[in-house]
Amino acid sequence: MSPFSALLRKDLRVELRTLRSLPAMALFAVSAFVIFRFGLDREQLDGELAAGVLVPTLLFAALLAINRLFVAEREEGGFDLIRLAPIDRPVLFAAKASALVIYLVVLELIAVPIFALFFLDSASGLLPFALILLLANIGLAATGTVISTIATMSSARDLLAPLILLPLLIPLVIAAAGAGEHLLAAGGPDYGRFGTWLALLGLYDLVFLLVGYATFDYLLED
Amino acid sequence: MTPLLALESNTGYVAGAYLVFVLLLLIYVAIMAAKLQRIQRELGSLAELADRPSGRGGGRNATQVGDRDQEIQAVRQGGQR
Amino acid sequence: MANALRSITLRRLAVATVLVLGAGFALAFFYAPEDADQGFIQKIFYLHVPLATAALLGWIVAAIWAIQHLRTGDPKYDARSYVSIHISVIFGLAVLLTGAIWAKGSWGVWWEWKEPTLVSFLIVFLLYATYYPLRYAIEDRERQARYSSVFAITAGAFVPLNFLAVRLAEPLIHPRTFSSTGGLPDSMLFAFVVCLAGMALLWTTLVWFELDAKSASGNLSKIRRALEATA
Repeated sequence: MSPFSALLRKDLRVELRTLRSLPAMALFAVSAFVIFRFGLDREQLDGELAAGVLVPTLLFAALLAINRLFVAEREEGGFDLIRLAPIDRPVLFAAKASALVIYLVVLELIAVPIFALFFLDSASGLLPFALILLLANIGLAATGTVISTIATMSSARDLLAPLILLPLLIPLVIAAAGAGEHLLAAGGPDYGRFGTWLALLGLYDLVFLLVGYATFDYLLED
Repeated sequence: MTPLLALESNTGYVAGAYLVFVLLLLIYVAIMAAKLQRIQRELGSLAELADRPSGRGGGRNATQVGDRDQEIQAVRQGGQR
Repeated sequence: MANALRSITLRRLAVATVLVLGAGFALAFFYAPEDADQGFIQKIFYLHVPLATAALLGWIVAAIWAIQHLRTGDPKYDARSYVSIHISVIFGLAVLLTGAIWAKGSWGVWWEWKEPTLVSFLIVFLLYATYYPLRYAIEDRERQARYSSVFAITAGAFVPLNFLAVRLAEPLIHPRTFSSTGGLPDSMLFAFVVCLAGMALLWTTLVWFELDAKSASGNLSKIRRALEATA
């Protein structure tokens, strides 16, 4: 079994066994939806409002997930064990990023249908939106892995990771919300600029996967 | 009359913008000046420290040197014997 | 000997900055004509855009120093990267302030979300502002430098992406932009280029100055340690 799949299975198995962060993330998302219902005083959402509630909620849930995923590793000393093992750093990066993508996909599989249940008239825009979310997840995982690795080795790790990540993730929010505005529109999905947003997300993913791949060595050097 | 007024209020904004730039620059210079003063003070105290061996602190030095001198003498005498 | 050379260069840089920037501003006010659309308020353009360009280039330069630092491990590259980011952040603050004043003068509002350059600049500024808490949170000096370099590279890659994203966010029909550099009459373009050169020189002078001060402090600590050891 390649080191990549070994690491990936380890992360996933740990998560499945303890089921730590998934329920918390899902719960967080649902509570956030309720808060938005009252905060906006709306029972139906579509277009830009729908995107404006769904995308930030998923973003903040993802930040919680990132903190959990890497903080846990650090506290249990698992991180040090992996660092001592003769695994290629880029493989480690790929494994961690992939684990994060899978978590986020599972989270969205739970949270988005609930969102649709609460607020949406029709679910027809959800399938293309799922593609948007998938690409956004990849970008999130790339930057999230790099930045949280930096943060967990510092003293202010809880605060630092979200602080640095929020500006970095804004292009993803722009793309996801921009696409969501059209796909979740009241009259049914509209594919205006769909290609543009896909392209932006793809470019972001490419750039930051590359950056993560190239710099992960230097993060785990000691 | 009106164009003149418009020019004046716009001049205010332009002046404000350039003023902000100059102020930021001056604040930076002031901070750097403070840093340089600190460096000067540090240099001064280091100069004093360097001068000390010939003064009070030198007493301690001289004793240590004196001890080593005695050691060296003892070894030489031992060698000669 | 090297230090003497450095101080001569710093002096020359400073003089060049004053001359070029002064000439640039003079050109902006006395040579370039007043803008037909915006009026006198457009003169801020010769301050705001060169500041922004210098800041952005400075952040890219910082990323390049950071790459060099990771490749060689030489702490001098880390110092250069850190100072480059620091000076660019100060320039960035000036960009945001002058941009707000320009917006107020042009459109009567202190902030305009529809101005894509101003908004992207805010985001980038926010990102680089986190550089300081990042550095202070890592105590081990070598690790601090390495992690900061990774950050500088990530942020450097982010800058162009972010500008693209914000541009795309604004519906193509409605952006409110300050006049762009495209389609400028020659006299304005000339004044602008001189101001741009002046700002680039100012940036370089300040970075050089700051690096000098840092190395002086470093040397002083070294001397103090040596003196206290032998005292």
